[in-house]
Amino acid sequence: MSYVLELSHIRKSFGNELVLNDLSLSVQEHTATVLIGASGSGKSTLLRCINLLESIDDGQIFLDGVEISDPLINVDEVRRKLGMVFQSFNLFPHKTVLENITLAPIKVQLKSKEEAVDAAMTLLKRFDLADKADQYPDRLSGGQQQRVAIIRSLAINPRLLLLDEITSALDPVLVNEVLSIVRDLKSDGMTMVLATHEMGFATQVADEVCFLESGNILERGTAQEVLHNPKNLKTQDFLKRVHQAGRL
Amino acid sequence: MSERINSAWSPSSREKERAQARKRISRKQAVVAAVSSIIVIGSLLTIVVTSPGWAVVKKTFFDINYGREVFPTVISGLWINLQLTFIGGACIGVIALGLALMRTTKSPALTPFRFLATAYVDIFRGAPLILIILLVGFGVPALRLHGISSNVIFLGTVAVVLTYSAYVAEVIRSGILSIHPSQRAAARSLGLTSGQTMRYVVLPQAIRRVVPPLLNDFVSLLKDTGLVSILGVTDAVRAAQINASRTFNYTPYVVAAILFLLITIPMTRYTDRAIRQRTNAQNAEGAI
Repeated sequence: MSYVLELSHIRKSFGNELVLNDLSLSVQEHTATVLIGASGSGKSTLLRCINLLESIDDGQIFLDGVEISDPLINVDEVRRKLGMVFQSFNLFPHKTVLENITLAPIKVQLKSKEEAVDAAMTLLKRFDLADKADQYPDRLSGGQQQRVAIIRSLAINPRLLLLDEITSALDPVLVNEVLSIVRDLKSDGMTMVLATHEMGFATQVADEVCFLESGNILERGTAQEVLHNPKNLKTQDFLKRVHQAGRL
Repeated sequence: MSERINSAWSPSSREKERAQARKRISRKQAVVAAVSSIIVIGSLLTIVVTSPGWAVVKKTFFDINYGREVFPTVISGLWINLQLTFIGGACIGVIALGLALMRTTKSPALTPFRFLATAYVDIFRGAPLILIILLVGFGVPALRLHGISSNVIFLGTVAVVLTYSAYVAEVIRSGILSIHPSQRAAARSLGLTSGQTMRYVVLPQAIRRVVPPLLNDFVSLLKDTGLVSILGVTDAVRAAQINASRTFNYTPYVVAAILFLLITIPMTRYTDRAIRQRTNAQNAEGAI
């Protein structure tokens, strides 16, 4: 069995704080791996390490069997194969929706402008945002901005999509329009690793759910196993607290 | 979606009362402001006009006929200041951008340039402009280098450009540093190189943010071009000085000052407005 992404014995600390502790994870093609856990459990840091936005202290990361944690690797080439969507959208405020989406295809993949615009418009039409193409991000709702951010990361045809709590900055009404895109991508067969607090959504899309606690995966399995029948006491406690907060 | 404003609306009687009350308050405030202005400005004028030396000052500083006579020479001097400002300003923009980029680069190959740019900014931001003008204006010709012009206008401009490039570089650098790291992370995660990230994502936002402070520096630049007069450049200040020392009447200085103000005050007003708009826009942007 070959994996798209393999993490082996990852360790990462910020100063004296150990954020990822001997964490290992493998992601198969066309699967969605959902990371759950309390804030500060290391979910975001893990995603940022995969995208080489953070360096790791120890361990190895492989993308399609190639070690990307090698310091000699060309980080820009690695990132071209990875799409990343952030909690705070991070659209470029001085560029229109269309320019946001076509920037990387034109400058990084060296596509012609027409080709990039065509591809971007196809994506925008698919996700009902075609009429926003020439708007600036600050004229859009949070849900629309996050959908544009997802489209922007899709425009580089990533091998793997990393989604970092993409609905945490949105009000509940807007959450669904963003999650439905992710469901569509899942049915397209996109390989994804996502951190989320939306347990219902996790149940729908996850092939594997990993519960992170203190920088390590305490429990992993199908959504049914981890979310509805957790064995670990800490997982049970976490889910109980999520349940009390009305998020399950 | 907000509701369309109902055109059939007419204010309630309570609202009409409130509107009248507001009008009364604002009328009262206008009266207070006018009275206070008359008292303060009036007493200041009285102090000046009734001072023992006012008659002499009036003759030597505010001689309207003499002012009219020297006006053409002073304004042709001001033309030099304006030329210096615009030509110098263009050079400053290019050099300052280069310095700011050098100072913010992390590329190891550019380490010596980063070091040099920092030293440059420290020196030229820290030394008084007038000293730089004197050193360049008298020092460079003394070198007797072949091919370097000893034209005082050229050397004066060089000195101003050297100094202002350091100021402006710092303004641009602060703009670059003010762009949130998440913008850079987003750009890099799309595969843009650090150079592309700077060019297409960071710099356009940074420059937009620092336009108002740059306009401020532009006003200062125009004023400071008057300092090149110490090299003997016949700018507005020097033209006024020549006339004043010929007749011992200082009205030409006042003429020069008024001419500078006629340009700088509208520029400052415009800058203030730009800053206000920028602040409002930023507040509307929220977290960004």
